[in-house]
This record gives sequence, C-alpha cells and structure tokens, in this order.
Amino acid sequence: MTTTRAVWEEEPTAVGRIGKPLVLALIALVVAFPLYVVVVTSLSTTEAVTRAGGLVVVPRELTVSAYVQLLSGGVVTRALLISVVITLVGTAFSLGITVLAAYGLSRPGSLFHRPLLFVVLLTFLFGPGIIPSYLVVNALGLIDNYASLILPAAVSAFNLIVMRSFFMGIPNELIDSARIDGAGEFAILRRIVLPLSKAVVAVVGLFYAVGYWNAFFNALLYINDNTKWPLQMVLRTYIVQQQPLPTGAGGVATGVGLGLSPAPGLAIKMAIVVIAIVPVLLVYPFIQRHFQKGVIIGAVKG
Amino acid sequence: MTTGAKPSSGDFVHRVRTVSGSAYGTRARSRAAATGGMGFRHRFRRDWPLLLMVLPVVVLLGVFHYFPTLGNVIAFQDYSPYAGIRGSDFIGFANFNRMFSEPAFWKAVANTLSITAAQLAFFFPIPIALALLLNSVLSSKVRNLVQGVVYLPHFFSWVLVVSLFQQMIGGAGLLAQTLRDNGHQAVDLMTKPDTFILLVTAQAVWKDAGWGMIVFLAALSTINPALYEAAAADGANRWRRLWHITLPGLRPVIVLLLILRLGDALTVGFEQFILQRSAVGGGAAEVLDTYVYFQGLLVGDFGYGAAAGLFKGVVGLVLVLVANRFAHMVGEQGVYSRS
Repeated sequence: MTTTRAVWEEEPTAVGRIGKPLVLALIALVVAFPLYVVVVTSLSTTEAVTRAGGLVVVPRELTVSAYVQLLSGGVVTRALLISVVITLVGTAFSLGITVLAAYGLSRPGSLFHRPLLFVVLLTFLFGPGIIPSYLVVNALGLIDNYASLILPAAVSAFNLIVMRSFFMGIPNELIDSARIDGAGEFAILRRIVLPLSKAVVAVVGLFYAVGYWNAFFNALLYINDNTKWPLQMVLRTYIVQQQPLPTGAGGVATGVGLGLSPAPGLAIKMAIVVIAIVPVLLVYPFIQRHFQKGVIIGAVKG
Repeated sequence: MTTGAKPSSGDFVHRVRTVSGSAYGTRARSRAAATGGMGFRHRFRRDWPLLLMVLPVVVLLGVFHYFPTLGNVIAFQDYSPYAGIRGSDFIGFANFNRMFSEPAFWKAVANTLSITAAQLAFFFPIPIALALLLNSVLSSKVRNLVQGVVYLPHFFSWVLVVSLFQQMIGGAGLLAQTLRDNGHQAVDLMTKPDTFILLVTAQAVWKDAGWGMIVFLAALSTINPALYEAAAADGANRWRRLWHITLPGLRPVIVLLLILRLGDALTVGFEQFILQRSAVGGGAAEVLDTYVYFQGLLVGDFGYGAAAGLFKGVVGLVLVLVANRFAHMVGEQGVYSRS
C-alpha cells in the first residue's frame, strides 16, 4: 500500500527526491554491511581468507567446513546447546509467571491488588546491586548451576506491566459473561484472555527469549566452570578477548581428529559470530510486525 | 500515556490508553462496586486464585530483588565472606570515607558522567532525526523495510556488537586491512583511550538508534493531519510546517525522554564497558558499574564494592525521582505514575 501525497503538499525537490533514498540506503547499509562481511568470511576457504588478507568482502570459493567443524561436537556445540536450552526453558518459565501475574494484577478492586502492584513497580526504581545479588545467589548454592542464569532474571517488571496493560484493555463484558457461565479465573485466563492476547504474548516472549539468548553478565558472575559456559561467554573469550577456547572434548581450535580439512581460524571465528546471530534472525520476521503495537506503551513507560 | 496514539493506529494502544488514563473501564467500576461492603474473608474467597497467580512473581522478586537490597548493609561492614553478614563487624561509614578519598572512584564517576553527556549530545538527537526522515517517506513499503533493518541490532547482544565493531574497525579488522593494502598505517580504533567515548557512543547508536525511533514514530502518527492542511492553506512551506507543527507535536516525548536520560545519568550500561575495559584500559573505560564489579568481586573487597554500588543506587534513585517530579512539573505524565 502506497500513500499518495496530499494535494496541498509541495512537489519534492531534487535534493529530497535523490537525497532521501540515498540516506536511507546508507543507513540500511551501515547495519547490514558488517553482517554481510561476517557471513561471507565464515563461508570462505583458507585460500580465500589468506588472499583477502583477513576478512573477505567478495565471496569466492565458498564452503561450510567452518560450520561442520563447529557443530560436530566440542566447545561451541556444547555452548550452543546450553544457550538453546537456557533460552527455551527460561522463556517458557518467565512467560508463564508473567502471564499469571499480569492477569492476577489486572483486576482492579481485587484483594491486595494495589500493594502487590506497588511491589512490582518499585523494582523499577532501584536495583539491588551486584555484590548483594552475588552473595544471595552464592548463599543459595546456585553458583555454577544453570538456575543462576534463569531465576535472578526471570521477572521483568517492564514486560509484566506491558502485558497487564494489555489485559486491562480486554472488554469486561467478555469476562463477565464467562463468569456467569461458571468459569473460574484460571479458565477465563486460558480460554478468553490468552486467545485475545497473542500479539502481546509474542512480543513479550521475544523480549524474554532475546534476553536469555544474549545474557552474558549473569554467566560471567555466576558460572565459573567453563564447561558450562553459554555461547555469549564463548564469543567473549574467543572473539573479543582473542583467547584460546578451553578445549573440552574434541577441541575446536584445531579441528584435529575430525577428518576434515581444518577451516581457517578467522572463518571459524566468524562462524561463531553467525551462530550467535542466527536464532535472532529466525524469530525476528515473525514478531517484528507486532512491535509497533506492542511496544509503544512500554517504550514510554520504561 | 504521553505519546498517545490515534485510536486507529492499533487498537492495543487505544485500549491501554483508555484504561491507564484517569477513568478506569467499566470492569473496574463494577468490581469496585461489588467490593463495596464485602468483608476480608469474602474478598479472599473470591480473589484467592488471583493472589495465587501473582505468588510466583512476588516470591522471585522477594528473593532476587528485595532480599539482596537489604543485603546492602554489608556496605557498612568490614564484611568477611566466612563470617557472613551476622558475623561481620559494623564499621559505620568507613567504606564510604575510603571511597570518597579514592581517585579511581572519582575517575569512574567522571567517566560515567562524560559518557552520559556524550550520549545526550551525539546519540539522543539521532532517533528523532531518523523518525522525521522516515515519516516523510511516502511509500509504506520502504518505511517498513527500513524499520525492519534498523530495529534489528537492538536484539543483538553487546558481545556481538563489540565483536562486529572489532571486525570492522579493530586492529585486525576490515578498516585496518584496507589501509594496509593501500600502503597506509593500520589503525586500531578499538584500543584508543582518547576516542573511547566516541567509540562507545557509536556502538550505542549502531545498536539502539533505530529502536529509539519507535517512540517518536508513534508520536508522529498522532499529529492531526488537518493541522498540516490548515497550515499549508495559510501558506506555510514544508520547513515552517516542520517547525510549527511537527516539532511541537514531538515536544512532550522529547522532554520526557530527555528527563529520563538525565535521571539515569549514572547508568551507562554494563556489558559494553566490561567487555572493552581490558582492551582500552581502566583509565577511560572504568564506569561506576565496572568499578563495583572489580573492587567488589575480583578484588574480593565485598563491603567496599557494596558501598560503591549503594552510592550509585541511592544517587540514581534520587536522580530518577527528581527527574520524574520535574517531568510532572513541566506537565508530562512522568514515568512512574500509577496506571
């Protein structure tokens, strides 16, 4: 659908007609170009990388050997699995308790509704601080436990408020008629409210999922055992800090014993970067159209 | 809701506006009326499923937010991990006195504030400009495409963003590589303390400028087109319309976000700095959060680290409250107004 210009609006000037598309293309390019280079390099052979003297811009001689090497067991495969499981379990858990609490707080006039809402909103104002948080997680015995990557960050007050606002907008008549038919609160939530709230559930789910997938700081604080590292920690160690990876079973850095032509180091590195991006790219198109609707409230409030 | 949104621009926004405004929907009123003369026991019998639903979140917030907040008492202790909170001695404000006489601490404060200032100057206007530009594009196809692309980096982790910057402008990156190929001296923009502030601001722009645009686009969509038409009939050209209609329409959002950013002056993000601290050095890359992390956890000086964290928390809280009060004063709804 293309909107036409209003009658009273001037014809675009030559500068506007050429400049605008140019600027927009430039902006899109600035975002897309690094991703492009990383993907192309990750798919290049040793010769291509050597000839380019580093990152490859013009793709020639493509191969997936870097990915085969990374995904055939070893540090990256393990970290990837850990990240995937943490993301799935964490998102399901967070989304579940957020939906429940958002509905529980969405009925004004219910018992303790105000003080409980206050308890949630107050968390916006201050954070507990790194050191006391660490001490609590430590005291609970969660150091080096995957639960430390989920539980401390499980509730986002921001997501909860966004979802509650949405629930409060559902017409009361629907809920009342369900109650007259004898439905309890859980049934109303499951059968009336949730089916009407797919957009906000999708957006909040994406926020949680991206949060878990990208989480790095909790792992840095709470996971000392490097065989339990999620993918972001591997990225930091191997790519940002340029340190060798801790070689668990089937060390990645060499590729020895895999019976493959070893992929060049840089292609391997860029393949790790790509692996960290891909899940985001996969879910993004499905949820993107809900942003405008779902986020505005939160963007202003948060 | 300060931005508001015209009802047709998404029924979600409209509905939420209605309920989060001053007047509740009918449900609220009927429920409140039904509550009228009810005793506690009756209300409990009616509402216990709702309380049960809120319980998991309250427990988690209690354990991982409120309880650690109380744990800040170790800022006033000579805390020893072996003795624990109960076994450690209270030493009053000694940790704070030491902190205030520590040049490294003030360096971290100064770095934090400079980065906030740089972000206000170089980051803040960009989403506004971007929204104005995109809003002036007629084709909705182009608009959606560009939005889809510029929102994307917001969903990347900081580790990823820093990795990508490193590959582009780092010592072994594409820029250095191209310069070397053409016989120039290679540069490494990732390790220069002098330009570190510009580097982190550029990273923030790359990651979040597109995302920051959403709010302004929403505000733009609420401006009544009839205003433009009337102005055009009165002979206002495009620039005058921008100046007299568009910008005043954006003013409430701009003021609100500006105040919010000032309220968050001591928070500049965490991961971004911890990731780059070793490459650039603590002189330029140490901010308050990384200072707390290094002094508290890596050096193992828990009480001192907690004191620095508490200082940041309390000053931050005051700033946010002042900012919110200020937002109310200039006639905006503010952030933490109860809905």
